[in-house]
Amino acid sequence: MSSQATGKNVFLANLGKIYGIYTGGFLAFVIFLGVLEQLGVPERIIGFLFVGLTLAVYAGIGILSRTMQVSEYYVAGRSVPALYNGMATAADWMSGASFLAMAGTLYLLGYDGLAFVVGWTGGYVLVAVLIAPFLRKFGAYTVPDFLAARFGGNVARFIGIIVLLAASFVYVVAQIRGTGLIAERFLNIPYDIGVFVGLAGILLCSMLGGMRAVTWTQVAQYIVLIIAYLVPVVIMSWKFTGVPVPQIMYGEALQQISQLEQTKEALAGVKPHLEPFLTYDPLNFFALIFCLMVGTASLPHVLMRFFTTPSVRQARYSVGWALFFIFILYFTAPAYAAFVKLEIYQNVLGSALNALPDWVYVWGAHAKVKICGVAAASAEVVQQACAAKGVEVLDWKNFSIAKDVVVIATPEIAGLPFVITGLVGAGGLAAAMSTADGLLLAMANALSHDIYYRMLDPNAPTGRRLIAARVILIGVAILGAITATVAPPDILKLVAWAFSLAAAGNFPALVLGIWWKRTNTIGAIAGMLAGFGVTLAYLIWTAAPPLGFGNPELFGLKNISAGLFGIPIGFIVMIVVSRMTAPPSQELQDLVDEIRTPKGGVVAHKG
Amino acid sequence: MNGYWEETRGLMIKVLVIWFIFAFVVHAFVKPLNGIVILGFPLGFWMAAQGSLIVFVALIFWYARKQNAIDEKHGVAEDE
Repeated sequence: MSSQATGKNVFLANLGKIYGIYTGGFLAFVIFLGVLEQLGVPERIIGFLFVGLTLAVYAGIGILSRTMQVSEYYVAGRSVPALYNGMATAADWMSGASFLAMAGTLYLLGYDGLAFVVGWTGGYVLVAVLIAPFLRKFGAYTVPDFLAARFGGNVARFIGIIVLLAASFVYVVAQIRGTGLIAERFLNIPYDIGVFVGLAGILLCSMLGGMRAVTWTQVAQYIVLIIAYLVPVVIMSWKFTGVPVPQIMYGEALQQISQLEQTKEALAGVKPHLEPFLTYDPLNFFALIFCLMVGTASLPHVLMRFFTTPSVRQARYSVGWALFFIFILYFTAPAYAAFVKLEIYQNVLGSALNALPDWVYVWGAHAKVKICGVAAASAEVVQQACAAKGVEVLDWKNFSIAKDVVVIATPEIAGLPFVITGLVGAGGLAAAMSTADGLLLAMANALSHDIYYRMLDPNAPTGRRLIAARVILIGVAILGAITATVAPPDILKLVAWAFSLAAAGNFPALVLGIWWKRTNTIGAIAGMLAGFGVTLAYLIWTAAPPLGFGNPELFGLKNISAGLFGIPIGFIVMIVVSRMTAPPSQELQDLVDEIRTPKGGVVAHKG
Repeated sequence: MNGYWEETRGLMIKVLVIWFIFAFVVHAFVKPLNGIVILGFPLGFWMAAQGSLIVFVALIFWYARKQNAIDEKHGVAEDE
């Protein structure tokens, strides 16, 4: 026990050195693989080494961080310094889709896509000011744990669990799918097996050490994913503009894009990159920003990261660090979009069909680039399809690129060796795995701590609780993997629902529970049900079949922003019903005072 | 305790006003702002791509410092 405690202190005191060596080691590894490639080692081996070695490192960290202590398992012993918790939160938050598809979305939507950039960052201001420090002071293990304590019992806890599962399960399916796809691309193994290889990696990172293991693997994964994200675009900026700072230099690219849009014949009628409100009208643009922000501040797997800091004070700074590390990726994404668009506008569109650059066919072979309506697998296929349509010079109407290849195709577009593509693959894998870890743990912890321990077997000894937690974790993970292999791809559209559902279900209860003492149990329950219910109803009412009924939208408000109805309704119902019924007991009001006061240690789960 | 919570709430409102301006208000003026171009960036576009994000990061650190100072002033900071 004491030797374990000392070991931990030595570890925490040397975090900078440990992760510094790790970062240097990773860079050396990339360079080593680059040398191997030059020596003629085949791409397949390089890809295998990249994915295999990073997976092994994450799993190793997971195993080294194993624990049999409840508070280590659920909240990493509340010992994670603000800066490192910020990195872990950034990895937890940025999914495979953020990493691979955000830049592609910006490529396709231009200005309107920035709603995602603003929405997914601004939400952290709400986390910092309204929620995280207070939940940290309370000392909950899970978000439903807090709802139960504040709103007197298991009804609120149970609704909190429903919201949590609704917001997390499909999301984790998408991440597991992402790891499967990357394993397929880099290990050349069939997708179905890839899913289970990815799953094994995810489980090794989380099962033995719970939150403690996930924290330290997420920090390692953040380092890999941010290096992988920055390297290709920095080199691209250097090649295109002579200055390796893409975030500043893409202004020039934007100007050139605008000019080409106006002058190049092959671009006549294309949606201008800089012109606002062409995809989303202002109502939908701002509604989307609002729902993404409030959703961010309500997602349990994000909020639970702030339970792990040593103090309330550090929890506040930690939100700042988290957003800083997220910001690095999100303010780079528009640069990717601009440089790739410029390359396509300059060298692909308006070109003769026999003069297209090679990278078009590399990704065309994966059906990620389509020309004249067919996958651009080779020059012959393209020329045949275009001849049939009477197209001689490629224009924008006859060209499309999938949004999830904009980042991963960048190394080839910039003419970089395969090792950089492998690096991007390792980054995408880190992004998908770290988010999957956080989501799985959020779900499994709610089921093991809230359902099993709090509701079913409150006298369970520590050992049994921790075994139950792991059995449930494996169960949820396998269920997610099975869904990822058998469910139709349509199910992934449900990911977009997570934000509105979490926002409408959790946000009013969390904010009012902390900021308005008068909120009582009946009000909270009614408000959560109303907000969540209205949002879910709108989603199902308007979603295209088979997910919903495909009915017309109210006021033209897109499905993805359903929370715009649900969030205010949640607040109103919570306030009105609380006002109409008796105020909460003195005991609960004292609890609120205690949560609001940083001094005095945690309220729940002391020790 | 009362004075502490008043000040905390005051800071919360201040932060949320700034948040609201950079989350929504600025972007409502994207078209006129795009008339100003700096280093190739139309200002309206830049605000959504970078400007608001930088404000959000700075705002949280500023909030954390202010709130910690309020804690100390009222003697409710944790002993670290």
